[in-house]
Order: sequence, then structure tokens, then C-alpha cells
Amino acid sequence: MTAERETSFSARRIGAMVRRYVYLLVGSGPRALELLYWPIVQMVLWGFTSQFLMTNSSYVARAGGVLLGAVLLWDVMFRGQLGVSMSFLEELWSRNLAGIFASPLRPIEWAAALVVMSLIRVLIGVVPAALLAIVLYHYSIFTLGLPLVAFFVLLLAMGWGIGFIIGAFLLRYGLGAENMAWAAVFLLAPAAAIYYPVAVLPAWLQAVAWAIPAAHVFEGMRAVMFTGRFPLPHFVAAMGLDALYLAVGIGAFLVAFEIARRRGSLLQSGE
Amino acid sequence: MPDVAIAVENLVKRFKRATAVDGVSFVVARGACAALLGSNGAGKTTTLAMLLGLIAPTAGAIRVLGEDMLRHRHRVLGRMNFSSPYVELPQRMTVRQNLDIYARLYDLTDVDGRIAALARDLQLDAFLDRPFGRLSAGQKTRVALAKALLNEPELLLLDEPTASLDPDTADWVRGYLEAWRMRTGATVVLASHNMAEVERLASEVLMMRRGRIVDRGAPRDLVRRYGRETLEQVFLAIARAREAAAP
Repeated sequence: MTAERETSFSARRIGAMVRRYVYLLVGSGPRALELLYWPIVQMVLWGFTSQFLMTNSSYVARAGGVLLGAVLLWDVMFRGQLGVSMSFLEELWSRNLAGIFASPLRPIEWAAALVVMSLIRVLIGVVPAALLAIVLYHYSIFTLGLPLVAFFVLLLAMGWGIGFIIGAFLLRYGLGAENMAWAAVFLLAPAAAIYYPVAVLPAWLQAVAWAIPAAHVFEGMRAVMFTGRFPLPHFVAAMGLDALYLAVGIGAFLVAFEIARRRGSLLQSGE
Repeated sequence: MPDVAIAVENLVKRFKRATAVDGVSFVVARGACAALLGSNGAGKTTTLAMLLGLIAPTAGAIRVLGEDMLRHRHRVLGRMNFSSPYVELPQRMTVRQNLDIYARLYDLTDVDGRIAALARDLQLDAFLDRPFGRLSAGQKTRVALAKALLNEPELLLLDEPTASLDPDTADWVRGYLEAWRMRTGATVVLASHNMAEVERLASEVLMMRRGRIVDRGAPRDLVRRYGRETLEQVFLAIARAREAAAP
């Protein structure tokens, strides 16, 4: 059997799926609140930790926002991944995959809708936390300037890549793989060098770290904060790795979709 | 083949442990209503799912409304639709929101107008803004039917369209479908256990057993051929032949 190549887009169908997830978000207060809750809690915790370390650590004292900036940017990546995975899970929970894929919606259009929705979730979650950091700790991540835009996009793209890989597992294993949506990204966290430089890691783990886009972003963030210079090699490396993560993620998702059609699991998704 | 809505040839679906559909071939003319009839596990739902592109066949060919479903299903999915008790709409969204999303997925232009027209026809107005999950079985069936008719499909696939409905509501749904088909000239394929439903709606019946079509014909012809009085007796004769043949 030759599967049809999924190449063409319909902005209207992508918009329809985004609208579906917005309806769910707007219709559920607790869900909308949950988007704000964790980024703010994390920011407050690390804000006080930073204030304490400012007077007890020369490293933090050199750049006061190094921990707060890291926690906010890590949340961009985590929320970006979660944004894709949660919308995936919504369809499994509501057993809606057969409904949407008996319509003209193409898998790649669904993927595009998941990405748009992820961006919306990230903005809702992280921007208020970033603004609150200015009020509470007089730290503005926006002082990073233009590099912040690059860091934001690079971390978001990494989150999407991982989100699609998790989506492929969800399509293959159903809700049995649900916990991956929450936990998978933390497997990478120790090597992502969020709060410390890659240099502190053992040599073998440094090799792993340089294969993670986030490690380049956080090294870049620290370089901007400590030296004021934007490290182009880290930017290029993160961009290349992101392209790879996204290609693998979307490829795995499309393959998992075709496997689901062969196994008949689009009809049986859910608990 | 301009007069053919569906042409299925040697369709096979094997899952890991079982063959659900085993070499099925049939043709449904445009404007006809065909019924897939068979006991549980006969392969009706799997056949419908393959017609919708939700399940990829192991072998065989499917042409729907002139298009090869295995290669170009997205060219034709916008011209067909379906309803099944096994595929519910999202529970937490309201009826209006559900119809709104599907109307856009089917690329309708006058979304609000179409929803209003269907709400009037199918008597949904009273609960348009209620979450789908809070509706009764009868209300859910009418909403599912509205979703299936949103794009005014040329081909409508119905899996047990009146399952779990009380006789009054089931009769209303059958009457509506009958009138809709007469008015639009659409092709309908339904899978059902309900003989009265099949006799009332279908012009041709495909009797399925163990993934194969074991007989076919107009309901009256089948009744005559088997020397029975009702389609239900024909169904039982075929089902019990299976039991007798089983080891």
C-alpha cells in the first residue's frame, strides 16, 4: 500500500483545530489557571534562591538574573513541549482522533495546529511570570534584548521536536504513554546545563550536552549576561540541532500515524 | 464509472491475530442505500473504517466517488462523512462549538448559517450551547447526525445509527435519514444489527460473516431466496450456519 504524501496545507483547517483547543482552554478555568500556576511558582522559588545567593555566591553576584533567566527560559522549552503533548492528549482523552481524521484534516495540518497552540500556551504561561519577576525581584529577562528572541525561538523549537516524539509514542502506545508527556523532558534536564555551565559535567555527559539545543542556549544566555557578547557558534549549533529534533519529531509522528492506521488504533484511541 | 459511488475489490484487513475482512468485493451505485449486515465481529465496522481511510487495508482496492482512497483519500474526504456510536464528539465542548469546529474542518463558508439550519432540522436548538457530554443518548445521536450532514455529503457512512435509542427516537432518526436521502440523492452505506432499520432504509444488503460477504441482494429477494418471512430470519439462518460450521 502506498501512503499518500501529506504535503498540502489548509490554513482554515489548522485554524479550526487551534479554535478547538482554545475553546477547551477558555471553557475550563482550572486549565487556564494551571498554565499560569507552575511558571509563577517556579519563578518565585528561584527568585528567592537568587536573592539569597546574590550575597553568598560570587557566581550569581556577577549576574543577578542568571538563575531567574534560566528558570524562565527552561519553562519556555518545557511549556512548548507540553503545549504539543497536551493537545495530543486532549484528542486521546476525548477519543476524537477518528472524528478529525475522517474529515479532510491532514496529519501535518494537525501538527501545525499543535505548534500554534503550543506558542499560545507558552505566552500565556511564561509572559506573566516574566513580568512578575520585574515587580518582585527587579529582574527583567527582556534586558537580554534581541538574543532573547533567538533563545525563545530555539527553546520553543526544541520543545516542539520533543513534543512530537512524545506524540508518536502516544499514537503508538495510547494513554499508556501518558506520563511521558510530563516526565520525558526531565531526562534531558541534567545535561541541558540550565543552571550551571556545561564544563561542570563529567566529560561523557558533556558530549551528551552538546547534542541538546538547550545546552547551547543556556551557555549563550550566560555568555550574554556575563560578557555582553552573543555567541554565534552556540546559536548556529542550537539551530542545527533544532532542525534535527524537529525533523525527527515530525517524521516519527507521521510514521506513527501511518502505523496507527495500519493497526486500526485511530478508532480505539483512549482509555 | 460515473454511476458508481463505491467500488471495493478484494479488500483484506489482517490484524496481528485475526483477519477482520477477508477478500470483500462490492459496488454501491450513486444514490443507493446499501447495508452491511452481520453479527458482531463480521467485519462491518472495519470495512466502514477502511472506506473512511481510518484503517489502512492489508490488500485490495477502494474507489470512492471516483477517487482511489488508498492514494488520494484527502481528495474525497470532504465529500463524505460518517456517524458512529463508537466515535463520540468531545464531551466538554458545547454542541455549537463541536459543530463549529467540524464545519471549519470541512471548509464550510457559512458556518453559522449551516449550524442554524441543521439545528432547526434536527431539533437541536434547545441544547446547542450545552456541553455534548451532558446530553441524553437521543440528543447525542441527533448531534452526531448533524455533524455527519454538515458538509452535505455525497456519501454518508453510518455505523449502527440507532443503537441504544428508544423506539420512538430511532424511528424519528430513520424517517429523517430516509427523507434526507430522497431529497439530496446522496449515497448511504450503513452497518447495522437492526433488521427493521435495514429493511426500511436499504435497497441492497451485503450479508457478512467472518470478514466475508456470504450473500447479497435486495431485502425482499434475500427473504424469498432463503424461504423465510423476514430479514431477521435470514440473518439468523446465516449466523447459525456459522455456529454449525464452527469446530
